[in-house]
Amino acid sequence: MSVSLHPKPFDPWTLVATHQAGVAAGRFGATAVFVGTMRDFNEGDDVRAMTLEHYPGMTEKHLEAIVAQARERWTLEDCLIAHRVGAIEPGEPIVVTAVWSAHRREAFEACRFLMEELKHRAPFWKREALADGGTRWVEKNTEG
Amino acid sequence: MSITVRYFASLREQLGRGEDRLDAGDADTAAAVWARAVPERDMPERVLIAVNQEYAEPDHPVRDGDEVAFFPPVTGG
Repeated sequence: MSVSLHPKPFDPWTLVATHQAGVAAGRFGATAVFVGTMRDFNEGDDVRAMTLEHYPGMTEKHLEAIVAQARERWTLEDCLIAHRVGAIEPGEPIVVTAVWSAHRREAFEACRFLMEELKHRAPFWKREALADGGTRWVEKNTEG
Repeated sequence: MSITVRYFASLREQLGRGEDRLDAGDADTAAAVWARAVPERDMPERVLIAVNQEYAEPDHPVRDGDEVAFFPPVTGG
């Protein structure tokens, strides 16, 4: 299991490949991965940049708890969550969730669960810098 | 009773501070800690609360040394 926060840009595919090298070969037949990337538009406005605030300590504990819940609910070989914090620009990955399991159903369902739980409960807050020079806090998630 | 109170995101900006170290007196729930730390303002309706970095309800008991956090709805991912 790996939970990590990244103040600098990361390559989600490298993280997934590196982590998968440590998952027992032959034990998993399915890998499901979700990558969230920053858009340059939100709520009809052009977005120039974003700052992600979080609650150090609680964030990591909460993400680890989400993984533990997933492992209680499904039979999983391994899980990974990585999330950016700090200053982010459009096109940069914000989050990756990955799940390894014997079969695809568990992998797809658990990967979706990790992502939805993270979005609804993990203590992160987005502040957008708009193209017109203004800034605003994002007040709600977009529908899945 | 000494409590660390923390505020995040838009709430931190509105209050103009990220943290209070509070002698909470007889404030024995998270909501009572808010009333003592931010007497000028009612607790926001949609506020989320964590006690010692775990989600809690307003009536959650607090004890000496606890960390109580208040923050707006989360928007990660």
